[in-house]
Amino acid sequence: MSTVEKFGQMFLAVAIFAAIFGLVLFVVDRIKGRQADRVAAFAFIAPAILLLAWGLLRPAVLTIFRSFKDATGDKWVGFENYSTMFTSSDQLEVLRNTMIWVLVVPFVASAIGLLYAIMVDGTRTESLAKALVFLPMAISMVGASVIWKFVYDYRPTVGSQIGLGNQILVWMGLDSYQFLLNEPWNNLFLIVVMIWIQAGFAMTILSAAIKAIPDDIVEAARLDGVKALGMFRFVTLPTIRPALIVVLTTIAIATMKVFDIVRTMTGGNFGTSVVANEFYTQSFRSNDRGLGSALATLLFILVIPIVTYNVIQLRKADVR
Amino acid sequence: MRIYSSKTRRGTAVLACGLGLTLMVTACGSSDDDSPEAKGGDVDCAKFEQYGDLEGKTVSIYTSIITPEDKPHIDSYKPFEECTGATVKYEGSKEFEAQLPIRIEAGNPPDIAYLPQPGSLRTLVAQFPDKFKPAPEEVVKNIDENFDPAWKEYGSVDGKLYAAPLGSNVKSFVWYSPSMFKDNGWEIPTTLDELMTLSDTIAEKGIKPWCAGIGSGDATGWPVTDWLEDFMLRTADTDTYDKWTKHEIPFTDPKVVTALDAVGAILKNDDYVNGGLGNVKTIASTQFQEGGIPILRGECALHRQASFYGSNFAEAGAEIGEDKDVFAFYLPNKTTDEKPVLVAGEFTAAFADRPEVKAFLAYLSSAEWANAKAAISSGWVSANKNADPANFKNPIDKLSVEIIQDPNAVTRFDASDLMPGAVNTAFWKQMTDWITGKSTADALSGVEKSWP
Repeated sequence: MSTVEKFGQMFLAVAIFAAIFGLVLFVVDRIKGRQADRVAAFAFIAPAILLLAWGLLRPAVLTIFRSFKDATGDKWVGFENYSTMFTSSDQLEVLRNTMIWVLVVPFVASAIGLLYAIMVDGTRTESLAKALVFLPMAISMVGASVIWKFVYDYRPTVGSQIGLGNQILVWMGLDSYQFLLNEPWNNLFLIVVMIWIQAGFAMTILSAAIKAIPDDIVEAARLDGVKALGMFRFVTLPTIRPALIVVLTTIAIATMKVFDIVRTMTGGNFGTSVVANEFYTQSFRSNDRGLGSALATLLFILVIPIVTYNVIQLRKADVR
Repeated sequence: MRIYSSKTRRGTAVLACGLGLTLMVTACGSSDDDSPEAKGGDVDCAKFEQYGDLEGKTVSIYTSIITPEDKPHIDSYKPFEECTGATVKYEGSKEFEAQLPIRIEAGNPPDIAYLPQPGSLRTLVAQFPDKFKPAPEEVVKNIDENFDPAWKEYGSVDGKLYAAPLGSNVKSFVWYSPSMFKDNGWEIPTTLDELMTLSDTIAEKGIKPWCAGIGSGDATGWPVTDWLEDFMLRTADTDTYDKWTKHEIPFTDPKVVTALDAVGAILKNDDYVNGGLGNVKTIASTQFQEGGIPILRGECALHRQASFYGSNFAEAGAEIGEDKDVFAFYLPNKTTDEKPVLVAGEFTAAFADRPEVKAFLAYLSSAEWANAKAAISSGWVSANKNADPANFKNPIDKLSVEIIQDPNAVTRFDASDLMPGAVNTAFWKQMTDWITGKSTADALSGVEKSWP
């Protein structure tokens, strides 16, 4: 539509927003008395809650219902989709891959972030060093995937290489290697991309937590004669534990959802598919909405404990 | 709060937000307020009078055909747009296959969609029976007049015609370099045995004879399905092929196994592949557009691929012709008696029945459009019987059109395109796994399992 029409739409949207806000303020104004605060709170968040219920809750519930139906959504099949998920060898491979991702990425990314944070803490080039590691977070996952796809590019050993990975191998005198094709190691090479992206996030949070360790504890430990490793084990780690757990759980949640990296680099082929990629493929490529919904529901169920734990930890940190 | 006590700050904030929103809206504002370029009057509008006056009407098209193939399409609609006054909005997207069902379900379908597979037409019509409009009268008439009855079959579901053929392609070609053949004294093979002997001869020279690439994003693996279909037509017969397409024989049938193993004798043979690109597995990691390019570098001799592949050679700077850089010969059969040919094509399906949509569909199924499009395209073929082969400048296109129009040719439509969407997807995936190491039996049973 033309620019004028778009302007008209914009003004209409602003007007609707003003009207709703005015209504909320009006309702809040009318209620007096002891319940006034609670009513005010509810009234202010009501529009957001309603929109979330319609746009987030309703589709979620519909998806869960859909997972108990067949491919076209016509008849109920009970737990058949779930049993396919846990018995079909293709789907089991998907689950296996997702497990590998969720186990490797949070721990390795946090470990790298933590070590890096400790190493650059207090040095002269600290800001620059941290910026460099944080940079990958600024590009999209697809952008990162395209970059790494070039790094992993394969050409025969005899020709010239365009992929950094194979160029290094050739310089070392080895044969060039199909990073993205050779199962099951291709999963690890995809995981590297995610770690590359998330390490910066881990490092930033953990660096702030390290800086927040009270000086007197550190001094007391030094006076007790503790060395570097002991300092790390007995002082640093326990003190930053809440931040570390938040980092681990946040990265774990992000890893469960990983889709862009797998889709861009291998399309889910060569045994690299993960749950998020698989439910997209099943729902929209293979037209099996039932199985796709079941996979999505599984993802939802797997994420709930992590999110709950994360929230509890955040609340504990708040209280402290 | 201090900010509200300062009127200037508040005013600046409002101004900033207002400017921001304005810039955003202008950026998102549509750019097709452009007036159509006034072309010279060298278009004969007499033929378009049957469509009436469609001044100010719009027809929207959604397709998976993107750059650079979309430009000839868009240009070929200009005569229609000028003479009737309608506007044709062309939207090409790589996400077409996934997005179309979503758009239909959301109630936001395009007026016309170019479906690349009849199988997906059947799947979608079964899923959304009320959203598809059957082909209008004029289109039915045009199809009866311009196309072989087989093509009407492909676009019909349960006897009702929904989709007319748009463009086609011929798949049973092997691309090669005429100069390489002449320099080495190699002959074009006329039987499968001669083809295999030729491959051995080339391999003895130290060049890997065949090169192939099957990478294609979500559809990775589709070229191998073409290989299997071509070999099904040659190692089995057309009856078996038809049964296989309709699932009257399973994918695990011994005849299918024989055909796939025959393909494997080439594609999974380390002595034969992958010329200029590496070992067998590189077939899976090479994009299909790159698959035949090593021919231009002399690193490979043969590339089995469809007629539309020519545009990739052209982009690499090569010329297509019997005595030029690259040409194609017919993939031979076991004997020279019968010449089965694998063909495919896109089909136009409509979701609206407004007069301008009907008019445009009629135009697309007419000989006028086929000839207009042929004149400005390379690597495009039409199954329209009344398209003049002389209009097809690309020698492969001309050859393809002559093959399709030959009443003695035994043509069969691409089997995987006729199968349901789920089977097609599984077929691609299993063939990709087959290249990277899966056994013939496992791959075929994997596809068999996907039949709904």
